[in-house]
Amino acid sequence: MSNKKKKKLTPAQQEYHSFARAREPRRPVLRNCVLAFLVGGAICLFGQFISDFFLWNFDFTEKTVGNPTIAVLIIISVVLTALGVYDHIAQWAGAGTAVPVTGFANSIASAAMEHRTEGFVLGVGGKMFKLAGSVIVFGVFSAFVVVLIRTVITMLGGS
Amino acid sequence: METYIWSFVVGGLICVIGQLLMDVGRFTPAHTMSILVVSGAVLDGFGLYEPLIDFAGAGATVPITSFGNALVHGALAEAERTGIIGILTGIFEVTSAGVSAAIIFGFLAALLFKPKG
Repeated sequence: MSNKKKKKLTPAQQEYHSFARAREPRRPVLRNCVLAFLVGGAICLFGQFISDFFLWNFDFTEKTVGNPTIAVLIIISVVLTALGVYDHIAQWAGAGTAVPVTGFANSIASAAMEHRTEGFVLGVGGKMFKLAGSVIVFGVFSAFVVVLIRTVITMLGGS
Repeated sequence: METYIWSFVVGGLICVIGQLLMDVGRFTPAHTMSILVVSGAVLDGFGLYEPLIDFAGAGATVPITSFGNALVHGALAEAERTGIIGILTGIFEVTSAGVSAAIIFGFLAALLFKPKG
């Protein structure tokens, strides 16, 4: 928690906060990082194999092959999520399964399945982007700002 | 052969950055993903992400950072063609495959399967 937030807490709350923090189980950071590296690397390597498959067998170039690769990885990830396999891997691989696009697809599929009991419109449709929504919102907004700045710069430089 | 090694190493390293953000920075997974997407977009704004893709292939296109990169790419290309309104019309041009595949198959999964575990 940042210092700014800490100031708003009462002394008793601050005391509890440091008390709880000292007693929470230590995170095995090194082990987590090694697992994330191996699993994440393996997913990307698998993606590279899919890319090369598309490059050799279909009419794609190095620049356009990213899209079908990502689509295939997403399909595989959704199937694994539906079968309940992906979440087992994610439990010990941490960021290794969350950071690749497979994690994005996993969050959408699992949210959709989880909220099915609330109905298709309010549950599946409404809650599907519960986790992935922030990725899309911040991705789109930051991309908008970045491109706006670049466009203004080229307009000023080009005129 | 070299591309395979670099895609493994670079993809793995991006995941390690994500793991460090979660473990050391104590961000939630959703915060971590958002930070990575924004950094992908900003890196592409400086023209730094494309060289990484040339170098590492899927190691750079598979992690979520490439989503930010692809958003910027589509918007930039369309903005160059049609001016400032192109930012709005082009922003999802490249990422369409990823987003629509995730929505369509996520919905199918919810139709066909019950959550396990």
